Amino acid sequence: MDTDFIDIGTVEDVPVRGSRLVKTPDATIAIFKTMEGQIFAIEDKCPHLSGPLSQGIVHGNRVTCPLHNLVIDLANGQADGPGGGPNGKCVKTFPIEIMDGRILLKPFDVPSEKVA
Amino acid sequence: MPQRQKLVIVGNGMAPGRMLEELLKRSPRAYDITIFNAEPRVNYDRIMLSPVLSAEKTFEDIIIHDDDWYAANDITLHKGKRVARIDRDAKVVEAEDGTAASYDRLVLATGSSPFIIPVPGHDLPGVLAYRDLDDVDAMVEAAEHGGKAVVIGGGLLGLEAAAGLQMRGMDVTVIHLMPTLMERQLDTAAGHLLRQAVEARGIKVLTEANTQSITEKDGKVAGVQIEDGRLLPADIVVMAVGIKPSSGIAKDAGLTVGRGISVDDTLCTSDPAVSAVGECVEHRGMCYGLVAPLYEMAKTLAANLAGEEASYTGSVTSTKLKVTGINLFSAGDFADAEGREEIVLRDASNGVYRRLVLEDNRIVGAVLYGDVADGAWFFDLIKRSTDISEMRDTVIFGQGFAGGTPLDPTAAVAALPDDGEICGCNGICKGTIVEAIGELGLKDVEGVRMHTKASASCGSCTGLVEQLLTLSLGDDYDPAGVPPMCGCTDLGHGDVRRLIVAKNLKTIPDVMQELEWTSSCGCAKCRPALNYYLLATWPGEYTDDNQSRFINERVHANIQKDGTYSVVPRMWGGITSADELRAIADVTDKFNVPTVKVTGGQRIDLLGIQKEDLPAVWADLNAAGLVSGHAYGKALRTVKTCVGTDWCRFGTQDSTGFGIRIEKFMWGSWTPAKVKMAVSGCPRNCSEATCKDVGVICVDSGYEIHFAGAAGLEIKGTVVLGHASTEDEALEIIVAVTQLYREQAYYLERIHKWAARVGVDTVREQIMDDVERRKALFERFCYSQKFSQIDPWAERVQGDQAHEFMPLADLTRMQAAE
Repeated sequence: MDTDFIDIGTVEDVPVRGSRLVKTPDATIAIFKTMEGQIFAIEDKCPHLSGPLSQGIVHGNRVTCPLHNLVIDLANGQADGPGGGPNGKCVKTFPIEIMDGRILLKPFDVPSEKVA
Repeated sequence: MPQRQKLVIVGNGMAPGRMLEELLKRSPRAYDITIFNAEPRVNYDRIMLSPVLSAEKTFEDIIIHDDDWYAANDITLHKGKRVARIDRDAKVVEAEDGTAASYDRLVLATGSSPFIIPVPGHDLPGVLAYRDLDDVDAMVEAAEHGGKAVVIGGGLLGLEAAAGLQMRGMDVTVIHLMPTLMERQLDTAAGHLLRQAVEARGIKVLTEANTQSITEKDGKVAGVQIEDGRLLPADIVVMAVGIKPSSGIAKDAGLTVGRGISVDDTLCTSDPAVSAVGECVEHRGMCYGLVAPLYEMAKTLAANLAGEEASYTGSVTSTKLKVTGINLFSAGDFADAEGREEIVLRDASNGVYRRLVLEDNRIVGAVLYGDVADGAWFFDLIKRSTDISEMRDTVIFGQGFAGGTPLDPTAAVAALPDDGEICGCNGICKGTIVEAIGELGLKDVEGVRMHTKASASCGSCTGLVEQLLTLSLGDDYDPAGVPPMCGCTDLGHGDVRRLIVAKNLKTIPDVMQELEWTSSCGCAKCRPALNYYLLATWPGEYTDDNQSRFINERVHANIQKDGTYSVVPRMWGGITSADELRAIADVTDKFNVPTVKVTGGQRIDLLGIQKEDLPAVWADLNAAGLVSGHAYGKALRTVKTCVGTDWCRFGTQDSTGFGIRIEKFMWGSWTPAKVKMAVSGCPRNCSEATCKDVGVICVDSGYEIHFAGAAGLEIKGTVVLGHASTEDEALEIIVAVTQLYREQAYYLERIHKWAARVGVDTVREQIMDDVERRKALFERFCYSQKFSQIDPWAERVQGDQAHEFMPLADLTRMQAAE
């Protein structure tokens, strides 16, 4: 088994145009599901003033932050607007795999090194 | 003071309405004015009946002069009184019911009547004309039962009637005697394009079809028999084959009458004391059925009545078809004739067709289909008889191209001369509009409409007016006249609200599909707005879309800057008890609530609650009888009260009890923006009712009801809506005004903004003067409350939307290094 990826639940568990949270020691990760059923995982933290993106409205492949309406692309974590958001910062994204309707998430950056 | 001359007007359509405006502008006190109107109502914009039929507008939207206008101008209006005869010797007119008025000057404005083909069955119930609001009402009523409609006549009116009935859900067939539609305005090719567009809307078209008879079943219409043997079943038949001037009473009175009432260039009939204006007139052998010439006549007649010299020499006319989604413009004369040439541009795949008819290098006729933006320019060239030989090669491409200027619509308008006509209906030139914008400091289309009348009739020149605003104001012009809802559509909030009703749209995907949204599933701006509009329009039918709500309304608490939430339980009218306070104290301890605050609306706010804890917090509060305070919603927030007659030595009514009653009646209702109310027990106004969305000031004689205040981003005192002598009446008024706001306002538009947009007076009329309407609004609010007075906290305590509050997985104890 690929230990990098962790089974966090089923695709059905995430509401369409909505999100669910996965808490990890490093970060809170928001798992989004779009209208088309695509799943994305990004850090639940807006690059502007750390708003919880999971609480935003999902439209297309994007989410609007509930605090000050910054729009974030779920696929690459980039913000709308010139320079890609405040200070050019973008939201951290996490690798996802879907197997038999289950969501596998790779929540940690460098697990293999740490294990070693 | 000299006795004022008596002016009597027979008819109250658009022509005399405009004539009066022009007259009052010139000499406001010259005449003692009396109007007889056969229709039982005020003056309205008849050319906008089609949008009323298609439900894109309401009757109120198209009123030109309301009752107040007549009162303010000291005009006697006899509604619903048809004039039966004119005694020219005695100078008296008399209505059918005996009401009489004597005149010094008489104006006949009897308009026209629809032409009814005298086939067998033409007088059966269910056979309608398309002329006034009564006809529209009859069609709307018929359409409520669905079924089949046959429209006889494929001209302007017939097609507009057909489109309206089709939008109302009927199965519509248009039958037309001629080979192509609108053959008086369009050539064969454009007629064909039009037919395709009409058929694409689902309306069947039969041309060269001659009606033989209208068949009957059970005493009403059953179908239309065509000469070729076909029988079309029909639940209603609309005859829209043309109009004829109404000149009966003029003829009876011995005036010279041809096809219409004969007038000279001063609009005088064969009797110098009698003038005529509008569709009833025959001038230089012409009868007109379009608004622009009528308005030109009105202006001439007003000048003459005011003692000025003016003459009317006839009009060149242009028409536009008012069917949403079909763009068609025609002007002038385009019959084939010796010495005439034509230039035609066709782009079938884009559905564009243009045809210009030339005579001696001058344009005499123009037909535009698809892209009609150059209509005004061509019309201007026709009216001026401009020699176009120098731009003949490119003129068909329109002004942007032919003039050598870039293809920029603003530049095109900039190139128009000052006397270039912008508004065809009202004959308003560019110079007049630009001057008004400059002198009066107008900022938007509404302002231009109000002060110049440009774009106030059919509205098709709105784009040109906007360009003039841009030209005059530069970047200061915010085309907020009709800003689109968001980047996903070009439609403004008002259009979307109307179309939801007109097209019977009941889900967000339906709205997006039908109104051609450009994004797959909207955005954070339009989805909450659409969710509200659907909820407010279809109570009980529409299923709330939680994912289209802002987070606060989704989780029924207010998100804070750190991602925690605040919780405000409802305290009816600001009254609480020891038990409630104890429960709040216990919750504070149990969930380590960091801040407990008393709000400006007399409630207690628990701040800093973790999202996962919300259902448990609510469960504890529910157990003490506390429910959601909706402090997070576009909804009724709070009703602030003072202690009134319960305790206060100045109190005049039970302000606390009334506040609680209002809150218990209205809580849970969703509104376009937040709604805050207050009830003060006396004019000392301790609950600050005069800066609320709706406020009540109790007085000895009852309740003074205020609305449209604000104390947020803007500070605004309320205005008085009206007075109620009982608490029941006061409640009915408050509920009705809230319902009107729910039905009319744009999403996120506070009550004071809405009132400023639609006009405080119109709100007052609908709520205070029109008691029937008020009761209907009240009933609609009550109906929608059946589906909204459910405590959202209790539902979630029961497990509703549980996924919102639970993490999908908790990996915090799983160390990365393990």
